[in-house]
Amino acid sequence: MKLLLEKAHIEGIHHYEVYRKNGGYSSVEKALKMAPEDIVEEVKKSGLRGRGGAGFPTGMKWSFLAKPEGVPRHLVCNADESEPGTFKDRYLMEFLPHLFIEGMIISSFALGSNTSYIYIRGEYAWIPDILEKAIAEAKENGWLGKNIKGTGFDCEIYVQRGGGAYICGEETALIESLEGKRGNPRIKPPFPAVQGLWMRPTVVNNVETIAAIGPIITMGGEEYAKLGVGRSTGTKLISACGNINKPGVYEIDFNLSVEEFIYSDEYCGGIPNGKKMKACIPGGSSVPIVPTNLLLHESNGNKRLMNYESLSEGGFQTGTMLGSGGFIVLDEDQCVVRHTMSLARFYNHESCGQCSPCREGTGWMYKILKNIEYGKGKMEDIDLLWDIQRRIEGNTICPLGDAAAWPVAAAIRHFRDEFEWHVLHPEEAQTRNFGLAHYADALSPVV
Amino acid sequence: MSEQQLFKVTIDNITIEVAPGTSILEAARKVGGAVAPPTMCYYSKLEGSGGKCRTCLVEVSKGSEKDPRPMPKLVASCRTTVMDGMEVKNITSEKVPDARAGVTEFLLLNHPLDCPVCDQAGECHLQDLGYEHGREGTRTEFPRRTFAPEDIGPYIQLHMNRCILCYRCVYTAEQLTEKREHGVLDRGDHSRISTCIQNALDNEFIGNVIDVCPVGALTDKTFRFKNRVWFTKPLEAHRNCSNPKCCGEVRLWMRGAEVFRVTARKDEWGEVATASNGTTGWICNECRFEKKETKDWVIEGPSNINRHSVIAQGHYAGTVGSAGKSEKLIDKVIGKEPLYTLDIHQVSEVNQPNVHLDRIAGPAHSDDFKQ
Repeated sequence: MKLLLEKAHIEGIHHYEVYRKNGGYSSVEKALKMAPEDIVEEVKKSGLRGRGGAGFPTGMKWSFLAKPEGVPRHLVCNADESEPGTFKDRYLMEFLPHLFIEGMIISSFALGSNTSYIYIRGEYAWIPDILEKAIAEAKENGWLGKNIKGTGFDCEIYVQRGGGAYICGEETALIESLEGKRGNPRIKPPFPAVQGLWMRPTVVNNVETIAAIGPIITMGGEEYAKLGVGRSTGTKLISACGNINKPGVYEIDFNLSVEEFIYSDEYCGGIPNGKKMKACIPGGSSVPIVPTNLLLHESNGNKRLMNYESLSEGGFQTGTMLGSGGFIVLDEDQCVVRHTMSLARFYNHESCGQCSPCREGTGWMYKILKNIEYGKGKMEDIDLLWDIQRRIEGNTICPLGDAAAWPVAAAIRHFRDEFEWHVLHPEEAQTRNFGLAHYADALSPVV
Repeated sequence: MSEQQLFKVTIDNITIEVAPGTSILEAARKVGGAVAPPTMCYYSKLEGSGGKCRTCLVEVSKGSEKDPRPMPKLVASCRTTVMDGMEVKNITSEKVPDARAGVTEFLLLNHPLDCPVCDQAGECHLQDLGYEHGREGTRTEFPRRTFAPEDIGPYIQLHMNRCILCYRCVYTAEQLTEKREHGVLDRGDHSRISTCIQNALDNEFIGNVIDVCPVGALTDKTFRFKNRVWFTKPLEAHRNCSNPKCCGEVRLWMRGAEVFRVTARKDEWGEVATASNGTTGWICNECRFEKKETKDWVIEGPSNINRHSVIAQGHYAGTVGSAGKSEKLIDKVIGKEPLYTLDIHQVSEVNQPNVHLDRIAGPAHSDDFKQ
């Protein structure tokens, strides 16, 4: 079922007239006739969970918003999509800007935010123009500005470009950056719902979360909740990349199996060149990498499904996370050590440097991994890496520390033999990759 | 809830009552001794400081009376406020020493081993932390991170290599001076304290960044390489400073009749103490850098340094090793004997308190202490 990308194929859908002709802005019309509290209630009923990675229920987040008298509230949209492997928000903003703006208007109305912001990552250089054009069109047609459609509700949406820092995707760092400061995450509490942007109550939501608000209002929260499985309701955008035949952004139902997603022609279309799949990171670079045999089946033998619960089944021992939906597939030719090194380098580069475990630990892990990859590693280094990630995880201000620690932990947990092979055969490791070993492809018999 | 109502909080099995809004760390400091977690970035006199170094992590085994669930992660005690009925584990926790050892290792990872030539040695918080929670050796084999030297003016020496990025000096400049001229540039493990394009720090209160710096990253240029802090003896002194914002109450560090350096007075946590007029005892640059003669000052008497560090050994008054040690703590903290910081006499033969340094001609030698 397609909710978000339903109209994506229509020619010229990024223009207001075309979008309006195809039923656009009807959800705003409906929402403006509702009481703001009812919209929040509807979102609560829908069971929508934050699509940015953490999966926190959106309705609950909205209901936490403090509402002190006389203090303005803000809605901030987190479009700082910087997670390696994740590019779903870019697709939404680039091709369906009005769907996104529609969600922004409804959310602003529900939360009582008269000034809302879209914080977009600096590397998406061409998208702010698309969004600003969409905002201008919406304003011309009376969906934004003063006294929207006679409801007495005023709303302005501003687009702010970031400077290209991954850390500014963390909500409090984003707020700091939006205020014009250095993008350091704040220490919580206080949470943004109480003291956020300019110390005012603020809700920070992902682009996809906000885009889903329109369909929820149109079809009703209860109907939306019927889609999906258990606590994973609605649909999810997955940005698939890596060694697959058809990389791209797909909208999936939560009852789709991982196996079908990878191998069916409707989605990724299998692994190219007749290779076998070795491992996968299903939710963007910071979630644990899992080998194929653990990815395709849960511990009880059932097929693993593409949803929050099923992917995290088994904890970090055998499971992983849905995260932000950046689906990265590695085939048998890929080197897990090199891959982990590359991620460690990314987190080292993107650490804000505020708290010591992340600032020092990420650099240390990167240097050790670089040694192992280039044939200078020692056996003790693998245990040392484990020890470092263990002491970073959970001890930092923001989740970047966890995000840096998990990929390393998972790589060692599942692919230790590959690390050891690198240490034992430094010369050979420079000329060929470790290969599949026991991480069997699902389509070949699993031992 | 009325304002007077106090929260009961139990830290390492010791229950005390504190006002709502108190941080766990402040509550632990009220208990005192080893129960107080070490801090590298938190500074009670600076608003907004803390939460960055992660040395003060503690385990909250019971959230509050209303919600007894334990907190899932270790929390930074300096930035977590107490709840009624909260139970906190610091030295009695299984997880805390490991996490703290980890943080210590991270902080020392790129810290240069230049203590022998560092002016902060002897009163360095990182030395104390390393002594308490550090490993014997290092596990890193990589070259340490270095920065190009930078001149930030005639009074303050910046050694960026030693910096642990506690941000205290940034808060000090923000809150004490009219215009902050330095800050943190760059990101990640290359972030550095710097002025924007080779500026000199020039403000009448900027000298206080030397006192707040937990390590030797910001030191006094007028004292640089002049003496070791444990050879100088502290005296409390004051003068009528013409600056209305300066309290004029200082600590002189003397050797013989010579004033080697002037600092603000510090309390047992190594922070600038509260002055007699009730304000925080920040001092101006004139008092700190210009007044290096005994005739400039009215000397009140020997300082009693009750913080555990090497400098605590250099007293005139004989309070060595006794400060902060209360016997009842050992009875109360079940299962673990509180750990007290460095008592230099247990590990070193040098610098015995009964040897008067000012009577030794020239630099002190270990033979002088063996007599």
